[in-house]
Amino acid sequence: MDWVNAIIQGILLGGLYALFAAGLSLIFGVMRLVNIAHGDLIVLAAFLGLTVTTALGINPLLSIVIVAPVMGLIGYALQRLVLNRTLGDDILPPLLVTFGLSVIIQNGLLEIYSADPQKMSAGAIETASVGLPGGLNLGILPLIMFVTAVVIIGALQWVFYRSAWGRAFRATSDNQDIAQLMGLNKSHVFGLAMALSLVVVAVAGIFLGVRTSFDPAAGPGRLIFGFEAVIIGGLGNLWGTLAGGIILGVSQNIGAQINPGWQLLAGHIAFLVILAVRPRGLFPRIDG
Amino acid sequence: MNTTGQYTVVRFTPASRIAAAVAIVILIALALAPWWAGRADMRLLSELFLYMALASLWNLLAGYAGLVSVGQQAFVGFGGYCLFAFTMFLGLSPMAAIPVAGLAGALIAVPVAVLIFRLRGAYFAIGTWVIAEVFRLGAAQVSALGGGSGTSLPVSIVRSIADSRAMREATTYWMALGMVVVVLALVCVLLRSRRGVALTAIRDNELASQSLGIDIWRAKFFVYVVTAALTASVGALIFLQKLRISPDAAFSVNDWTAFVIFIVVIGGIGTIEGPIIGTIIFFLLRETLADLGAVYLMILGLVAIVIMLRAPKGIWGFVRERTGLDLFALTRRVVERRPAAGQNTENKENAHEPQAT
Repeated sequence: MDWVNAIIQGILLGGLYALFAAGLSLIFGVMRLVNIAHGDLIVLAAFLGLTVTTALGINPLLSIVIVAPVMGLIGYALQRLVLNRTLGDDILPPLLVTFGLSVIIQNGLLEIYSADPQKMSAGAIETASVGLPGGLNLGILPLIMFVTAVVIIGALQWVFYRSAWGRAFRATSDNQDIAQLMGLNKSHVFGLAMALSLVVVAVAGIFLGVRTSFDPAAGPGRLIFGFEAVIIGGLGNLWGTLAGGIILGVSQNIGAQINPGWQLLAGHIAFLVILAVRPRGLFPRIDG
Repeated sequence: MNTTGQYTVVRFTPASRIAAAVAIVILIALALAPWWAGRADMRLLSELFLYMALASLWNLLAGYAGLVSVGQQAFVGFGGYCLFAFTMFLGLSPMAAIPVAGLAGALIAVPVAVLIFRLRGAYFAIGTWVIAEVFRLGAAQVSALGGGSGTSLPVSIVRSIADSRAMREATTYWMALGMVVVVLALVCVLLRSRRGVALTAIRDNELASQSLGIDIWRAKFFVYVVTAALTASVGALIFLQKLRISPDAAFSVNDWTAFVIFIVVIGGIGTIEGPIIGTIIFFLLRETLADLGAVYLMILGLVAIVIMLRAPKGIWGFVRERTGLDLFALTRRVVERRPAAGQNTENKENAHEPQAT
């Protein structure tokens, strides 16, 4: 039963990893940008949630209402003011600029909040659970997070393929120059894509902060989980990313079940095995 | 005189000859440091040499082969752990363990490269980071080397370097100096060789160089493995100086990759001079601003971003654009010989644009 439990918890954890990954996948799909600071932005969102929660005395899950638009604005400004200047054929500038950004965010958070691990408390809901046959218990909070992740990925999928924004995203992704000729402002489109990415990051950050403790140095680890979920699932496929997150979560929990020290290692090894066997991921959609 | 004799390709310029002479003088002065420098200065210089070596290697990887890795700490830490394992369990002397650690680094880099070369561009970068994480978590599982909390080098092994403390410090200093000289020399030789020309071509235009018959995968693979080997040797030397190793210190992304990237970006990526200048600036900044702690790192990140946006070729790129200066004789220049009858044959440098830099 421990094993079944580990797998079920892993699936639920996978939803959170898919949220880490969705924003990363989105901006890669639109502008081929890989944001090294993605994990640090997740942690930034968690700290913003902490500040809002303590200042207003509200439930951290409610703080999403404030943190998400703030992160969206940060994303738009960041893209328009900094990242748009780095885009081009050369992959070095965006990589190194987002790397510099990552160091700035980490040390900025360290300066403001200190290195102490923090955690947000969501109240009674944290310990609530539903019983399943066979003596298993399913936490309500992980369940809510998983369902939210599925809904967000469904919504992103809808935005990307069914909405006017999505058409603009896909058109700019396919050919920037012709999209410009058709009257799209590519700087603005990229800004919107980054804003949307960071709104998802805001949700992911709050969930992270409620689920586990976090500190200013936690970002790179989240980036790596998100990245692994993207690659396992296949580039450019959001449902694939969800599957990738679940595979990662389940592998980590199975590893932890064998030996607590193997939790993270098992996730990385699952990633490397899939990279060796299916280099383009399980459900690839676009080329890297 | 036939027409083919009118042009020759030269690499040495007056500037690079002067630079070579100055470098030799500086090198001799540095080699004599145990007689004129204090202990703290020697420690600082050793650290500077090792960072210079790491930066030159990362520059070879990212600036020339286009392999932007943010996971070189994997090889620094691997080399460090090899030093501890080889001296403690195999009884190798620390001196012998350093090249053997390099060899081990090359061996482990082969399967790593085969795996992560499947990822392209920025995803390659994060893939290298995953590898470094795997190495870190793996090292934490080795209980014979202290597991997660690490271990110190036994006193008997430290003593085996040299009997007196002063001699030990001088020896490790010379090893660090030797390491940076070897790394710079190897990078120069590699870039001047046929492979180096291929690499430069790949750096400038991957598609065009492929159409000229360069096997890009093999060229990159070769650079990756060579860089891994040398990085592992440098790592072994770093932890021979520290005398203590732990997974978090050995595989630190900040210490062994972030700083190195900032050094190369600030100095000038894709040039040999860049990492050297960048290292000196990095240490000057560090010695003046290190008290600021986290703010210092934020300043460093900001400087790197501004340089990447405003002067992506870094300080040396900026200088070279304006002066055409090359301190290392790498650039091939086509020089026209003007045989005026009875007059001396005058070399006209830069009569044509440099062909390959």
